[in-house]
Amino acid sequence: MRNTARPSVDGAHQQDLTGWGRTAPTRAFVAHPAAATELATGMRDHGPRGVIPRGLGRSYGDAAQNAGGNVVCTDRLAGRCELDPVSGRAWVSAGISLGKVIEEVLPRGWFPAVVPGTQFVSIGGAIASDVHGKNHHRDGSFCGHVTAIELVTGSGGQLTLTPNGTDSEAFLATAGGMGLTGVITQAQLQLRPVQTAHVRVETTRTNDLADSMNVLKEADATAHYTVAWVDLLRRGRGRGRGIVTAGAHALPEELGATRSASVKMPPNRRLASVPSVPTRAGVLHPTAMALFNDVYFRRAPARPTTTFAPIWGYFFPLDVVGHWNRLYGRAGMLQYQFVIPDQATDQLIPMVDRLLADGIPIYLAVLKRLRDVPGPLGFPLSGWTLAIDIPVAVANLGPALDRLDAHVAECGGRIYLAKDSRMRADLVPVMYPRLDEWRAVRDRLDPEQVMHSDLDRRLSLVARSSGHKGLLNA
Amino acid sequence: MRDALGRIQSVLLIGGSSEIGLAIVRGLPRIDGASVCLAGPDRPEMEQVARMLRTEGFGEVRVLDFDACAPTDPHGFVAEAWAVEPDVVIVATGYLGDQATASHDPDMALRLIDINFRGLVPALVEIGQRLKTQGHGTLVVMSTVAGERPRVANYTYGAAKAGLDAFTRGLAASIDHAGVQVLVVRPGFVRTRMTAHLTPVPFSTTPDKVAAAVAAAIGGPSKTIWVPGILRWVMRLLRALPESIFRRLPA
Repeated sequence: MRNTARPSVDGAHQQDLTGWGRTAPTRAFVAHPAAATELATGMRDHGPRGVIPRGLGRSYGDAAQNAGGNVVCTDRLAGRCELDPVSGRAWVSAGISLGKVIEEVLPRGWFPAVVPGTQFVSIGGAIASDVHGKNHHRDGSFCGHVTAIELVTGSGGQLTLTPNGTDSEAFLATAGGMGLTGVITQAQLQLRPVQTAHVRVETTRTNDLADSMNVLKEADATAHYTVAWVDLLRRGRGRGRGIVTAGAHALPEELGATRSASVKMPPNRRLASVPSVPTRAGVLHPTAMALFNDVYFRRAPARPTTTFAPIWGYFFPLDVVGHWNRLYGRAGMLQYQFVIPDQATDQLIPMVDRLLADGIPIYLAVLKRLRDVPGPLGFPLSGWTLAIDIPVAVANLGPALDRLDAHVAECGGRIYLAKDSRMRADLVPVMYPRLDEWRAVRDRLDPEQVMHSDLDRRLSLVARSSGHKGLLNA
Repeated sequence: MRDALGRIQSVLLIGGSSEIGLAIVRGLPRIDGASVCLAGPDRPEMEQVARMLRTEGFGEVRVLDFDACAPTDPHGFVAEAWAVEPDVVIVATGYLGDQATASHDPDMALRLIDINFRGLVPALVEIGQRLKTQGHGTLVVMSTVAGERPRVANYTYGAAKAGLDAFTRGLAASIDHAGVQVLVVRPGFVRTRMTAHLTPVPFSTTPDKVAAAVAAAIGGPSKTIWVPGILRWVMRLLRALPESIFRRLPA
């Protein structure tokens, strides 16, 4: 065993880390290497608890934590954003946020092929979680538009991985690999040409969850971007009513003279920031949230309407409030995101009903259709995904979500690892039947099993069973 | 790893058939199928406990031999206990013994010191190192208010527990930076098999109440807890009393 009191990556200091949900903090040696070479040296001198990369900390759970080990923050690996304006391919550093990339490339007529619900994810994190967006039904996930990944492995080796190259297996294992194949230092993205910085949005109100599902599915047939916000605090017949938005990049001729008919950057504003909330359960309350939902719902036009929105507000609505996770108080929150396959479509409403019957307050719920992705640890599959935000300080939350886990697994569905903070390890191989295939590639890239995270330990991702964990410390 | 809801995945209990220890194990918030490692000297009894725990929704339950009277190879023992990385380690060995005998029998006196303190030290050293390395987890050590001020009725037991209490608090300070919680638990009189022959005194409590207090303190800022909580203030008062008055108090 090596000496653990000594930080093993240069300049590392001990720090408590949590994910965006602000739950289950653990302490790690945190380093901020400024170059891939510095990183590679540090990787070779890891402690017994291994290494995990961390981007902007937007995973909800413990994916970017490593208790007692090393956490490599990629925030200083952020120098490169080189766009080839002809092909629309861009080399970007792993630590750059998606928002920064957009600010760089949008004025030149390009936009990331896939963006998640926040601009505050790093490129490395977007790849490691293989994030999906409102165009998933058409374009697939983020990694489907990544043309190369530079990876520093656990042994300090530097690899360039491509989706069709000699080691496409390693590329696919890294896409959605939760950082456990190595540290991504930069990547090449294939961007999408756009003519404006606005989105044409068709907004449709829906009456209940079944209606939301139908309208969303219909919208998918024609629209580029679709998503449904649904109100699951509403009781009774209107439960799951919502707003389906269908979007497409606006064309210059569609935008009136009031808006610049170009890709001139609309302001990327943060309107407010939430200070620390000292109470355990935060400031959100089911009744107040239900009222908020009601107002939000009624603000949307009753008949389908077309409007134009700047890309920031359309793609990243929550980003205007900084630190919104603090609203949930000291106890924190979790996001439960699952997907169930098409053949289990009829199970979605019973699942939601069961949660509501268990008294679980769902403050925010987003519905979306997904399709399969090629990676062995990929989350999306052809079916329905629901992402729900829940405060942790809720009675009986554990058993209620455990039951839902079992139901999801039974249907052939899965839980998104980038959001998970509480599922049971033994369900992972059921939900991710290609786990062993991923492990085989991962072990080839990192034979000494240097890469570890709290998520990995909690769910036994790297090592086969809990019984193997102890060997790492021996 | 503890999850977002504070539920543990695995627990190590030293004193594997201790009533208080088992009450704490059962009272911890846990995921379904959490694993347990029981370590103690009485294997048949622990095997029986293990069978019961398995029927109560625990997953893997392992049994290890550990005798505080005759500790051998603490490094090997703790390594084996760590085959599954514990989120909570509970040290709940306790032997009240017989003070009347211990007052005139050096062997009995030493036995009390061994079981309640000396025999635990090597294991605690190893456990401290393990927890420091893993950077998470809680160490719960059962102390007692009897260690706070010696009484004629149980001073040898009290002295051993006082040693354990002081050692544990020192260990806590030495690994405080590592993201690990060390919790010293000082219950009053706990109604268990160990105390069945004694008459309960004021502020007595039960294993379940101790377990509830421990479950509430895990993951929080507490370093020392008293059960019931009022004993924190009662003991502060008793410690301040002059010896002449303290001795005259009813046992």
